[in-house]
Amino acid sequence: MSEASSSTSLTPRETGPASKVREAVIRIAGNSQDGIQAIGGFLARLAGRSEQEVMTFMTIPSTISGGPSIFQVRIGSGEVLSAGDDADVLLAFYQHSYDSHIGFLKKGGIVLYDTGHVVANPDRETEYRHVGVPISGLTIESIGGTAKDKGKNIFSLGLIARMYDLDAPKLERLILERFAGKDTSIATTALTAFHAGYGFQIDNILQTFQFVESEKKDGQQVVTNGNEALTFGLIAAGVRFGAGYPITPWSDIMESLRRELPKYGGTFVQCEDELAAVSMAIGGSYAGRVSVTGSSGPGISLKTEAIGWAVMAEMPLVVVDVQRGGPSTGMPTNVEQSDLNIACFGGHGDSPRVVIAPANVEDCFYTAIEAVNIARKYSVPVILLTDQAIASRIEAFKMPDLEKVVQDISPDFTPRIDHKPYDLSAADGVTRHLAPGTRVESGKYPVVTGLEHDELGHPTGSPVLHTKMIAKRRKKLQTLAAELPVPKVFGAPEGNVLLVGWGSSQGPLREAVEQARAAGDSVSSLHIRHLNPLPNGLEKIFDGFNHVFVVELNDEGLYGYGQLAGLLRARYADARIGGINKADGLTWKVREILQQVKDKTAAR
Amino acid sequence: MSTATLERKPLTKKELAADHPTWCPGCGDFSVLALYFKLIEKRGIWHEKITTVAGIGCSSRFPYFVQAHGAHFIHGRALPFASGISLSRPDLHVCVFGGDGDAFSIGGNHFSHTARKNIKMTYVVMDNWVYGLTKKQTSPTSPIGFKSKTDAWGALDQPINPIKQAIAAGATFVARTTHTNPNHVLQMMEAAMDHDGFSFIQCLSECVEFYEGAFDASNPRKGGSFNLVPPDHDVTDEGAAYKIAGEPFPGKFGIIYKSTRPTKNANEAKINSDAQAKMKGLKDWQILQKNFDRLK
Repeated sequence: MSEASSSTSLTPRETGPASKVREAVIRIAGNSQDGIQAIGGFLARLAGRSEQEVMTFMTIPSTISGGPSIFQVRIGSGEVLSAGDDADVLLAFYQHSYDSHIGFLKKGGIVLYDTGHVVANPDRETEYRHVGVPISGLTIESIGGTAKDKGKNIFSLGLIARMYDLDAPKLERLILERFAGKDTSIATTALTAFHAGYGFQIDNILQTFQFVESEKKDGQQVVTNGNEALTFGLIAAGVRFGAGYPITPWSDIMESLRRELPKYGGTFVQCEDELAAVSMAIGGSYAGRVSVTGSSGPGISLKTEAIGWAVMAEMPLVVVDVQRGGPSTGMPTNVEQSDLNIACFGGHGDSPRVVIAPANVEDCFYTAIEAVNIARKYSVPVILLTDQAIASRIEAFKMPDLEKVVQDISPDFTPRIDHKPYDLSAADGVTRHLAPGTRVESGKYPVVTGLEHDELGHPTGSPVLHTKMIAKRRKKLQTLAAELPVPKVFGAPEGNVLLVGWGSSQGPLREAVEQARAAGDSVSSLHIRHLNPLPNGLEKIFDGFNHVFVVELNDEGLYGYGQLAGLLRARYADARIGGINKADGLTWKVREILQQVKDKTAAR
Repeated sequence: MSTATLERKPLTKKELAADHPTWCPGCGDFSVLALYFKLIEKRGIWHEKITTVAGIGCSSRFPYFVQAHGAHFIHGRALPFASGISLSRPDLHVCVFGGDGDAFSIGGNHFSHTARKNIKMTYVVMDNWVYGLTKKQTSPTSPIGFKSKTDAWGALDQPINPIKQAIAAGATFVARTTHTNPNHVLQMMEAAMDHDGFSFIQCLSECVEFYEGAFDASNPRKGGSFNLVPPDHDVTDEGAAYKIAGEPFPGKFGIIYKSTRPTKNANEAKINSDAQAKMKGLKDWQILQKNFDRLK
């Protein structure tokens, strides 16, 4: 730090007349190699350290390098439930960034653009406040090089920091931390670029802003994305073996597990294909400790046969599905919630399994632990359904109490007198497998199998046994359903419209409810985390409303409602259940939800 | 070793036999099962340390016939399943049994990759040159001209040479034997068990129902000849091993190729011990706390 500060330093900001804001939505638009995620990442982390709330949203092209990309960050002194429909500020690096994204600004919003690459559109200049800054030029001036792919992101971070009167010393520390361990000249250059941006006296051209003091949070905040939170959740849950195959957007999780597990004496294997990955993970579970595999859409299709085996053999397993746009190769870097059906029903035969979906980034951590524990308790595969949006978005949340949360799930090799893996007389009807290595005094050893089997795991063609075993596999999930907490309604528990959601859309739905209620409309929402089995008692909640719309990022299907709506209709035969769907590969805008509520209630 | 363990007597066929095999009378697989029991008895392996894994096929019914921990997995995926056990349980020697369809057709990809990763286990493929469980379709090892239900005019496609394929994939122990020579089968099993790595045995095992007489040319009792790999063959010489593997049927029996290369198990263990040394005895939650501290 001292060495960096010796070359350049912060130009003190004139304390001008800054207007107070509760929140800001900043959209940074450039190309994928510009490092715009880094700007967003720094802003998000700063927000976390400043006890603010934050949520990000990004789009990336599914190409190796190049292609338009955006990163949107919403920082608030109060609650932040979505990444924001419209932006207060657009930072545009190129003409295409300017042209494609200026329409996403709020009325009277500010566009900061690189005069080296962008020519402002005179028609737009009356609509939005235009501020041209020679971003590339000034970056080159401060750090040399070409600013083609390095430095201008950090320069721009400086600009934004000055514009919002952000805590510059804290940002400097974050920059230094980020580049720690690397060649010190990299950190020095980054700081120089930051200082140059911060030194650009934007407050002379533009009114600046200041966040109002945020409400005090209890405890330390951490900032991360869903994939990382989920990875750490698996580790906290005690998972020490896993196998996978690379696919976007699941790969981050396998990369982190590969890197992290050895510290705990665990192993993650990159396999030759998805079939090997799921099989190896099941082998790991059989060896005594719940193991993990994961993928995204196409890979999940490939894994279904083996998941069916795990259902039949009653082998615990966690399968992470980071959903993306489908079907087939689909839209690999976009979001969709269209894998619910394959998660619940993928594969042949009657093969009940558990499906759960986290609601936000923090929940990714806790849902991973829950998935492991359900898998263990019920000896069943659990599919953890996240999606591209939650995987890549950044949020701040309270530091978990790791000493309490981290669990040891080492196998128990205590010898048994006798053992029947598929004991039909077991009180809870749940299989408890013995890991190989465990002695059975009776000398009768279990076989685990995908064939229909008797209580010891030996094959049977008996109609009676098949009926009993099918019931056994079903009943244990009915027991689980009875134990699941009934979700609570957000907003009034009775009213006109109930919006039902799952997965990453919890935040936008709640924001929609808040906006609707502020406008005097009777709208509430219900978020379902346990999708298969569903918790009991939802019908009583539905009874309190005239309309029940299931809001999902998937197609309305042949009959006018999406995948969760189909499940709910099948279970409750309730004609009030309808769908609010879209499948454009993007997350919900609050406005889109409210518009459909309006249209659909009017049409009924 | 505790006194309790010392008191235990080696297991015999009596304690090891489970279900009566579902194989047809005269099937070559009986001999492989009997010799697996012999191997366990000879080596004094206890029930709980035996892990028998198989995929799908006649021969893959194997685990039901062995009174020990076992798993009957899905078609073609026995190797990755067994890899999951092997990599998380260094205390077990995993034995995988299967047929030619399971190994070289539906599971072909896993055969190559398990071999190249050198994951410690023994894989015995009971090769009968035909799909038996589904009643006489062409298998990946069926010779050209073999008349099956799917090739009524005779098989057209070049059969796979499992030995060549194993060597090319990077297997570190490759042996060939036949069910008609029980002593040799046992010898190969013992050598495979002693090998630190992925050990592969191709065991010719006649399907009396759908490919009777397939291996007569290798059986002296049927007028054929059982020829061992020459004693001067250098098992570490890949080229020489290839040459032997390419000989026309009945070819040679014995260990054809063997090399020493670190197992994946050992490589991963090294990565783990290095990583754990850096953690200096921290508890699991403290290691994870370090990650979370980075996110502040």
